[in-house]
Amino acid sequence: MSLDKDQVQHIALLARLKLADDELDETVDKLSRIVDFVDQLSAAATDDVLPMAHPLNESQRLRSDRVTETDERDEIQKNAPAIEKGLYIVPKVLQ
Amino acid sequence: MSGQWEVVIGLEIHAQLATRSKIFSGAATAYGAEPNTQACLVDLGYPGVLPVLNEEVIRMACKFGLAVNATVARRSVFARKNYFYPDLPKGYQISQFELPIVEHGELYIKDADGNDKRIGITRAHLEEDAGKSIHEGLDGSSGIDLNRAGTPLLEIVSEPDLRSAKEAIAYMRKIHTIVRYLEISDGNMAEGSFRCDANISVRPRGQKELGTRAELKNLNSFRFVEKAINFEIERQIELIEDGGKVVQETRLYDSDRDETRTMRVKEEANDYRYFPDPDLLPIEIDEEYIEAVRRTLPELPDVKQQRFVKEYSLKVSDAAILTVNRALADYFEAAVAAGTARAQVVANWVIGDLAAALNKDGLEIVTSRIAAGDLSGLLDRIDDNTISGKIAKEVFDAMWTGEGTADEIIEARGLQQITDRSAIEAVVDKVIVANPSQVAEYQSGKDKLIGFFVGQVMQETGGKANPGQVNTILKEKLAR
Amino acid sequence: MQELHTQTLTQLAAGMQRGDFSSVELIEVLLGRIESLDQSLNAFITVTADAALAAAARADDARAAGDAGVLNGLPVVHKDIFCTKGVTTTCGSRMLENFVSPYDATIVERLAAAGAVVLGKTNMDEFAMGSSSETSYFGPVRNPWDRERSPGGSSGGSAAAVAARLAPAATGTDTGGSIRQPAALTGTVGMKPTYGRVSRYGMVAFASSLDQAGVITRSTEDAALLLGVMAGFDQRDSTSIDRPVPDYVASLAKSLKGLRIGIVRQHFDAGLEEKTAAAVRESLAVLEAQGAILTEVDLPNLDLSVPTYYVVAPAECSSNMSRFDGVRFGHRAKDPEDLFDLYCRSRGEGFGAEVKRRIMTGTYVLSAGYYDAYYLKAQRVRQLIAQDFNKAFAEVDIIAGPTSPTPAFRLGDKTDDPITMYLNDIYTIGANLAGLPAISTPCGFVDGLPVGLHLVGPHFGEETVLRCAHQYQQQTDWHEACPEGYQ
Repeated sequence: MSLDKDQVQHIALLARLKLADDELDETVDKLSRIVDFVDQLSAAATDDVLPMAHPLNESQRLRSDRVTETDERDEIQKNAPAIEKGLYIVPKVLQ
Repeated sequence: MSGQWEVVIGLEIHAQLATRSKIFSGAATAYGAEPNTQACLVDLGYPGVLPVLNEEVIRMACKFGLAVNATVARRSVFARKNYFYPDLPKGYQISQFELPIVEHGELYIKDADGNDKRIGITRAHLEEDAGKSIHEGLDGSSGIDLNRAGTPLLEIVSEPDLRSAKEAIAYMRKIHTIVRYLEISDGNMAEGSFRCDANISVRPRGQKELGTRAELKNLNSFRFVEKAINFEIERQIELIEDGGKVVQETRLYDSDRDETRTMRVKEEANDYRYFPDPDLLPIEIDEEYIEAVRRTLPELPDVKQQRFVKEYSLKVSDAAILTVNRALADYFEAAVAAGTARAQVVANWVIGDLAAALNKDGLEIVTSRIAAGDLSGLLDRIDDNTISGKIAKEVFDAMWTGEGTADEIIEARGLQQITDRSAIEAVVDKVIVANPSQVAEYQSGKDKLIGFFVGQVMQETGGKANPGQVNTILKEKLAR
Repeated sequence: MQELHTQTLTQLAAGMQRGDFSSVELIEVLLGRIESLDQSLNAFITVTADAALAAAARADDARAAGDAGVLNGLPVVHKDIFCTKGVTTTCGSRMLENFVSPYDATIVERLAAAGAVVLGKTNMDEFAMGSSSETSYFGPVRNPWDRERSPGGSSGGSAAAVAARLAPAATGTDTGGSIRQPAALTGTVGMKPTYGRVSRYGMVAFASSLDQAGVITRSTEDAALLLGVMAGFDQRDSTSIDRPVPDYVASLAKSLKGLRIGIVRQHFDAGLEEKTAAAVRESLAVLEAQGAILTEVDLPNLDLSVPTYYVVAPAECSSNMSRFDGVRFGHRAKDPEDLFDLYCRSRGEGFGAEVKRRIMTGTYVLSAGYYDAYYLKAQRVRQLIAQDFNKAFAEVDIIAGPTSPTPAFRLGDKTDDPITMYLNDIYTIGANLAGLPAISTPCGFVDGLPVGLHLVGPHFGEETVLRCAHQYQQQTDWHEACPEGYQ
């Protein structure tokens, strides 16, 4: 296994995913297989090759600084699980 | 205490850019709207929506770069900074990481000895602001307002070149002045448009490597920055002198207690997993664009200050005060241009009486009750001896309360100075006759008494006699 | 008259134009078929019968008023990954089970503006992450050619619906082959245009630098017709390209005489099932007989395309999926202890196993200490793969080969090993990594199951790709075959 349980649990933590206990073993197994599989990239000769982030070699287009949006809060918040006083409610945020 | 310690400070200043719409959406950026009424689908990170970059932020960043003598990148890239927080709707902040739009800038501040000191600006990059968490009145929960989410920020990162809280403040004020000169940020600290994080460490004087640093978050007034940094410096020195070690951590300044404290430790070490945002393409800027922006730059504070000293023969300290604020400098220049008074006299009035009046009424120079041309009109009357400087203060107060122009007030109140020699002579004669013993003392050599006689004459004339003339006539008559 | 459900969009358009039938009649026929036949396939997540009938009535009125758009009254179905105002957009996930978009995706808007009538939203692999349409929260889609088999994925619902004559045309999305592979496995035509040709606005993102919307139809003519409406610049998508849209339908007629077709040496290596290889070879002979010139070309890094994809796509996915946190929309865990618990359980419960695996893979390859070895490395290999295509297109006009290494596989056959599943996309992924237009057209049967011919063109070479597939269809009738029970 290229990944162990601790690593997988750390990844799950970073990704904010709760894995059930029975899910963990399977995840360790499958993620390890995926990592082993993509490891074959290391053999590729890529010196002097520029990383490619986009399929087309274009540059960013800009929009003019105009306000085009209107208030649609009530419509938008119909999808929200918990709303109070127009705010999205979450368990207490501590600092 | 700090004799053998050297303090090392670097600042990260977040200046909110004064655009109408957000950096990646067409939602308004106005401050103070009802919660979530200025958060559109893009700001909320709705499924399927995409960011489109506001051209104004590029122009503003470019302006800033040129103003601090930096390199404006011909190609820069937006990256995603990934972390979970309720005020961060997408679970990532669109920022710039490896290729920021501005790099290698600099500015100058005065150090403790009054000498110019260069402070390096490592970089300035564009990013989106997050929303706000609200904790009051929600029954133990927190509420999220995403109106601020997506507001454009320019994060300006200094080199660790600052050596004291005073230098840090001087640097921060300089940046504040520059962004307002450029009109790229309103610099309003109370509304959070200008705030700063400080990286602070101490090391024994002479040591080369840096000490472990603590990061102070979200300092949002000049006063707090100074207090927080000083508290933190002392904390670190005491800690080390007591045999302890500084821990690398993020600390919050509590202004109520005037202390810094550790922020709650997160569940994991930071791992932001930056990578280029695939929804946005590289920003490419050409020479022509940069030159076009350069042509729009205003005269910058340092240059303006030097010019004020040279062109108007102002004291350096006065020129510095007048050029902190572009509107104030403009006011001063307008007042000088409109009249005949000497520039230094105008400066004295602007920095003195006018500044005090503005301050008292909580006004800004742009909302001054006395326009530059009107102030000039008042100073002209001093210059042409219509009124004395003392009377001018009375006229100024009347102008401030809206009674009219200087000329109208002088006319209405009969405040014209008495310059008729025979009229002044008559009063002088009367004063000499009424005070024989003082005359005798004066004539026996007590020169200082001249002030007494001037005072008597001024009192008799209600302050309207020309003080210079009074002096001359008194001396002539008493010498006989 | 040929029965309505068996006609292509092009035929239906002509029939309505002649006044042979109304849009309402047509829509009623198809809604009836969906009602009686879809339980055997599970191709639909939502059927919008009432809205469809109302839209059909409006289309008939518009036609009567002489105001008919190019797709007036013609039925389409949308993959349930496109946001549709007022109708749920689930992405096949529990996370978005009840999510109602407040806006329409650009392509939804454009098709509606041309008069198209939406019958419903089709089933798919959860968030388009899969090649079998088995990872849907709403159950697997079945292949109309053999209901024990997968229709491929992730656009399996769209492909199955078109193959079973429940709808003449469907939209889909293709990140690594998600339109072309299900098209091949269901005997339909699947087209993915050049990256940036069709707006991604309103299409729920999986891997933003690879995702592209396209179509599944029963003829290339129909694909050209739909694509012409969907394509074009959209200022709401920064990666959309501002470039005129050619008349794709008009481009179909030109013969293949002199067209240089590249045959990739590496395509026929081990892994390609023999009978599929034979069907593809036969189709190449058909093209040659039409005047095309076959040339061998190399894609030396072909074998690296799948591992490259399985770094780049999960990396982008891990970040794209972070917005699903139970706060503003989507599934929210009950009674969270604290914020951390809210996040972890909402996401843990809302996402299925494959989505979680991809998020975790992406999180891993971007994390401190692994970024250079995986993500950056994959971006460099991606460049190599794109360069391979550039070199090939210096010599040929189009590249031809198999769409998928095997015909449809049995449901459950590949769910145990992610790698076997991933390798299904070996022939299709390159076009996504390089952003190229590509089509899959039916080219034969293996043991009663359809297989596809894959044609890839250079950037913005849609016309060549469509023309080649269309001319091939003029000589063959594979694309007209209909699965038993759905005639």
